[in-house]
Amino acid sequence: MKLSRERLIQSDGAVSVLVVILGFLVGTILVALVGKNPLNMYKAILQALSGYNIDNGKMNVRYIGETLNYSVPFILCGLSMGFANRVGLFNIGGEGQYIMGMTVAQMVALLGPQIQGLHWVLAIVCAVLVGSLWGGLVGVLKAKYEVSEVVSTIMLNYIALYLSRIISLQMPGATTYKTADFPETALITNDFFTKITNYSLLNNGIFMMIIAVIVFWFIMEKTSLGFGMRATGFNKEAARASGIPVVKSIALSMAIAGAFAGLAGGIIALGSFKYGRVLSGMDNYGFDGIAVALVGNSTALGTTLAGLLFGMLKNAQALMQGKQIPKEITFIIQGMIVIFIALRSALILYQQHLDKMKLQKEVGVK
Amino acid sequence: MAQLPVGFPHLTTKFVLQPAGDCRLSLNPLESVDSKRADKEELRVSEYAIEMKNITKTFPGVVANDKVTLQVRKQEIHALLGENGAGKSTLMSILFGSYIADSGEILLDGKPVEIKNPNVATSLGIGMVHQHFKLVQNFTVTENIVLGMEPVKGRVLDLKSASKRVAELSKQYGLQVDPDALIEDISVGQQQRVEILKTLYRNANIIIFDEPTAVLTPQEIDELMDILKALRAEGKTILLITHKLREIKEVSDRCTVLRRGTYIGTVDVADVSEQELAEMMVGRAVKFEIEKPEKTPGDVMLSLQHLEVKDENGAVKIKDLNLDIHDGEIVGVAGVDGNGQSELLGAITGLIPLSNGSIVLDGEPIEQLTIRERIEKGLGYIPEDRRRYGVVGEFTIAENSAIKSYYKSPYRKQFGILDFEAMKSGAEHLIDQFDIRSAEGPITKAGSLSGGNQQKVIVAREISLSPKVLVVAQPTRGLDVGAIEYIRKRIIDERMKGRAILLVSLELDEIMNLCDRIATISKGSIVAVNKQHEVTEREIGMMMAGSHKEAQA
Repeated sequence: MKLSRERLIQSDGAVSVLVVILGFLVGTILVALVGKNPLNMYKAILQALSGYNIDNGKMNVRYIGETLNYSVPFILCGLSMGFANRVGLFNIGGEGQYIMGMTVAQMVALLGPQIQGLHWVLAIVCAVLVGSLWGGLVGVLKAKYEVSEVVSTIMLNYIALYLSRIISLQMPGATTYKTADFPETALITNDFFTKITNYSLLNNGIFMMIIAVIVFWFIMEKTSLGFGMRATGFNKEAARASGIPVVKSIALSMAIAGAFAGLAGGIIALGSFKYGRVLSGMDNYGFDGIAVALVGNSTALGTTLAGLLFGMLKNAQALMQGKQIPKEITFIIQGMIVIFIALRSALILYQQHLDKMKLQKEVGVK
Repeated sequence: MAQLPVGFPHLTTKFVLQPAGDCRLSLNPLESVDSKRADKEELRVSEYAIEMKNITKTFPGVVANDKVTLQVRKQEIHALLGENGAGKSTLMSILFGSYIADSGEILLDGKPVEIKNPNVATSLGIGMVHQHFKLVQNFTVTENIVLGMEPVKGRVLDLKSASKRVAELSKQYGLQVDPDALIEDISVGQQQRVEILKTLYRNANIIIFDEPTAVLTPQEIDELMDILKALRAEGKTILLITHKLREIKEVSDRCTVLRRGTYIGTVDVADVSEQELAEMMVGRAVKFEIEKPEKTPGDVMLSLQHLEVKDENGAVKIKDLNLDIHDGEIVGVAGVDGNGQSELLGAITGLIPLSNGSIVLDGEPIEQLTIRERIEKGLGYIPEDRRRYGVVGEFTIAENSAIKSYYKSPYRKQFGILDFEAMKSGAEHLIDQFDIRSAEGPITKAGSLSGGNQQKVIVAREISLSPKVLVVAQPTRGLDVGAIEYIRKRIIDERMKGRAILLVSLELDEIMNLCDRIATISKGSIVAVNKQHEVTEREIGMMMAGSHKEAQA
């Protein structure tokens, strides 16, 4: 029994599961406190997860599709944060990289060659490239001139937002909030998905997301590049003394991180909307990605699961409102999860205290 | 909670609130507050100034002190001997109130006391001279001494009278130091005197010295020994934490030995030899002599020419440093800490940029190369701070052993894919060969290893890369005697294989015993290079202090 508890606290995965449960617990209590039935919250969540409406017994697969579709940007932005985090960097710039990816994808969609099978690929590739450029810029500043990536990413987020507005307003048919519709060749809709998920927005982006997860895992865990990056993340000084090119690792890791966020932007632009958007504010996927990576311990699998959780919660929001539960509860649950993750060190302290007590017993302290 | 006599907590809470500055007014608060209780105690005159009985202190995962007893007579110099991690510092931290014991009791002059924090210790007349001084660099000696208990005239700071008292104290105890000098302008030895004066100014009767000789030159050590004797003659009780046997033999009256947190015994120093003390400390027979077969050095393998290193602020840290190291010889760099050793190591390995000069390895200049390129040219490095520069704690032994060569065959396969199995079997081999003790073999996290085993991982990695030149910094710092012997033997083995070895160490003993030639560094330059048996420790000490001209005259 004792041993299992120790293992639990030491295992990152188990802690994440534990904090998610704690987060839901707090959410449940809050719902009860505002005088609503917490059961309705879980009904909404069940429906978001499985498409099954327990109240009327009806099944609608569209909800599954939407949950998956919502998860895609969360997972990709989580990978963006997570990748940098593994190299010891804090990438708050996921949002800016996402916006830049989105903007460029919109641009290529509107102005690019309308060739079936090439158009959207070009748009996605450009989104990935510009995202990685946006991130790589931060990496170079950090690696060469020791500019704090926290500061530079935050600033670049705003630059990205307003740059995006300037660019999008120049697009054909631009009004204050949207551009002209994209041509068919630029879209990444998947007719098969549309059919089987009852017209959800689920699109080919999910394949790209799955490839991104595999790329993340492969680079980090399997390659020589990832080895150097992980060493840099754990102990930069030792990595440097061992000859690992830490400057290159840092710059490159930010570029790769940016590529994930840029891809998210591209997928949202071409998959969830049929026209270009003139952003009036941030979409916040980049910021939510920080929480996703935290819950997922910056691993490929963990981030994917955490992203699915966040996507599911987002999809459940509308359903909860339909059941008179304030949708803000989902934000509170997300926030609580992050707080509990941060409290992990407290759990470790508690474990140390228990160890100490045990040891004292063994050596006979009265 | 600690085991306390009933009725005591209220007493100590009072002390906690009492600022350190007030301690001069109430010399012995025990008498005033606890006179009723103390009635009986006073009848019994204790022969001991301090008694620590059955002290147990645990940290998560470690029993630092296991029912340790320490009895220190009045006006004696009592040495506390033990290896790194034996629990000396923990015990003294408990006496000084930095830690609270889990159980056990402390008696001062036969009266039980509860020392909840350093302020209580100070008010009870216990002073501590820390290994790393706690001084404000741009304050004067007097300002540092009165800090925290500044004398005032009305509402104005009265430094004059304080300065006068400091001068008196320094005269009384033979602690020569200028009360008005700035700390940054005086030597390390003098800074230590300021720390001693701080305790005396606070009326300490018991003074704890934590490894006081670690930062001193041999001459300064001699002077400190005289100071300790003078303090004893003036009626002070001295507790000396050390692992240096010679110092114990020289000044101590009695010695208590700790080993792995347990009490081994207390001996009269006059009755035992250094050898016996060492055996009590380690728990087995110890060889002092280092066996080093003769070896004729070969060609110059590493040549340092006119090196100059500046720090970030442009201050020159190394100036025109020249040194040649041959095949099959160990060259030691002796010097007081902070005389350019770290910069020298950094410049050779490539961690710190060189502002001028040339580094030639086996005939090829390497000063323009990256760290990795230097490693490939055959430069091995065993760093000073092994947790910071030597190993990645979260990586396994396998990953750490491959960290300098993972990007090459056999570890790297097609498309940059790594062969972790090859790493494991490589590490397995090193674990056998270098006797690395670990819980799970190659997949043990390096951070969970003991210091000695971490050092073995580093040594194994560096040696397995067959370097032409091996740069070694403080290779035995913080290790136990067994590991020290092992690491030194491996370094000598490398010399026999014909490697050129540069050893930078603050332990003069280590340099004197291991090295074929000894280069003394002072203020960033090599002031002299001597053959092993052609120079005494004393002469080196003079040169370390920067007075090589006098030494040669």
